[in-house]
Amino acid sequence: MAKAQIALKVNGKAVDALVEPRTLLIHFLREQLNLTGPHIGCDTSHCGACTVDLNGKSVKSCTMFAVQADGADILTIEGMAAPDGTLHALQEGFREMHGLQCGFCTPGMIVRGYRLLKENPNPSEDEIRFGISGNLCRCTGYQNIVKAIQFAAAKLAGAPVKEAAE
Amino acid sequence: MIPGAFAYHRPKSVKEAVAMLADLGEDARPLAGGHSLIPMMKLRLAAPSHLVDLGSIGELRGIRTDGGDIVVGAMTTQHELIADATLAAKLPILRETALLIADPQVRYVGTLGGNVANGDPGNDMPAVMLCLGATYQVAGKGGERKIAARDFYEGAYLTALEPGEMVTAVRIPVPPAGHGAAYEKLKRKIGDYATAAAAVILTQSQGRIATCSIGLTNVAETPLWAEAAAKIVVGSTLDAATIKQAAVAAEAIASPASDNRGPAQYRKKMAGVMVARALVRAKSRAA
Repeated sequence: MAKAQIALKVNGKAVDALVEPRTLLIHFLREQLNLTGPHIGCDTSHCGACTVDLNGKSVKSCTMFAVQADGADILTIEGMAAPDGTLHALQEGFREMHGLQCGFCTPGMIVRGYRLLKENPNPSEDEIRFGISGNLCRCTGYQNIVKAIQFAAAKLAGAPVKEAAE
Repeated sequence: MIPGAFAYHRPKSVKEAVAMLADLGEDARPLAGGHSLIPMMKLRLAAPSHLVDLGSIGELRGIRTDGGDIVVGAMTTQHELIADATLAAKLPILRETALLIADPQVRYVGTLGGNVANGDPGNDMPAVMLCLGATYQVAGKGGERKIAARDFYEGAYLTALEPGEMVTAVRIPVPPAGHGAAYEKLKRKIGDYATAAAAVILTQSQGRIATCSIGLTNVAETPLWAEAAAKIVVGSTLDAATIKQAAVAAEAIASPASDNRGPAQYRKKMAGVMVARALVRAKSRAA
């Protein structure tokens, strides 16, 4: 099949690329752009490890074709930290509150947490749990992931933050 | 998992889309949110030669009021349904149902049109549309027509759509102010299809049920409109004996398959339980 030309923005940078229509967005990001932060976990739209932010929405990049992202503005985990390496509040939260163990789900969790906090800067614990219900973690039992997002919410709001997890 | 090869098309209008679907023939499929079709393509259970992406057609989006109806464009996402103030006020059952579909990422992308048009018995909105007496606006090369949701579903993945036709909007008659509604869904976990689910819309007058409509999800090859169960309830005070009778009537029309969600007998029973719970909750919300 004829390849399609797409133009999009990924982590603030303009990208022009040629893609086969059947190329999934996750494969395009990982294999053509070498952005291996978004992971392929289940490959069936369940686990959320492939989550990226696309035009202000959290999407599972395993369930979308790259060609559909023509013109889109995409943020992946690689675009979260500041150019000087300063971590985003969510990244800091996951580190401080031990929000990861094996780390496989973390890029998806953080990018999803980012959109969740944009839409609801001061979520309750229940709202956080419902908000990340499209992201599976098989290590932590979610306790410290919730705390990490609470840490980030407090930090982004300029409130004093608790130093470490229990 | 990589889908089979296909040619990709992105029309800008409904007219262009239906012309493409007609020209490209049965090997073409419209692509809405893609959260049913793309997984099927990855498993190679679907292998269309052409995908007609409806994502750039502005006229398929949005929610508007038209007389006594609310008209929702087919490409309106579940996330947009949840956020809409008009729906929250006039048709709260849509928000309640949308929040029980899949997970946040899927709701950002999944559309009402895709949910109702795909004919998947596991989808939640079809039973709600049967319950509400909604109508689907359909476009094809020959023009437009309307199909009542209650006449739309013929079997699993089998609908009244002719080849080349697509759903463009869902027209829902607004239930009277003060109505009570509920969607009760039993599922194993967030993101799961229903073990059984029931939608109820009712009105009451002086403590008695004046009107009632009930829809059932995922307990047959198609969504079910439980007319007999609803009839039992009308005129009653919704006492325990009546609720039980309605549940039994709903179970009688359910014919679920045994699957990972449980044996058929259990799922049939759960259809009744969901009806009972939805009736009670809908009544508690009715003026």
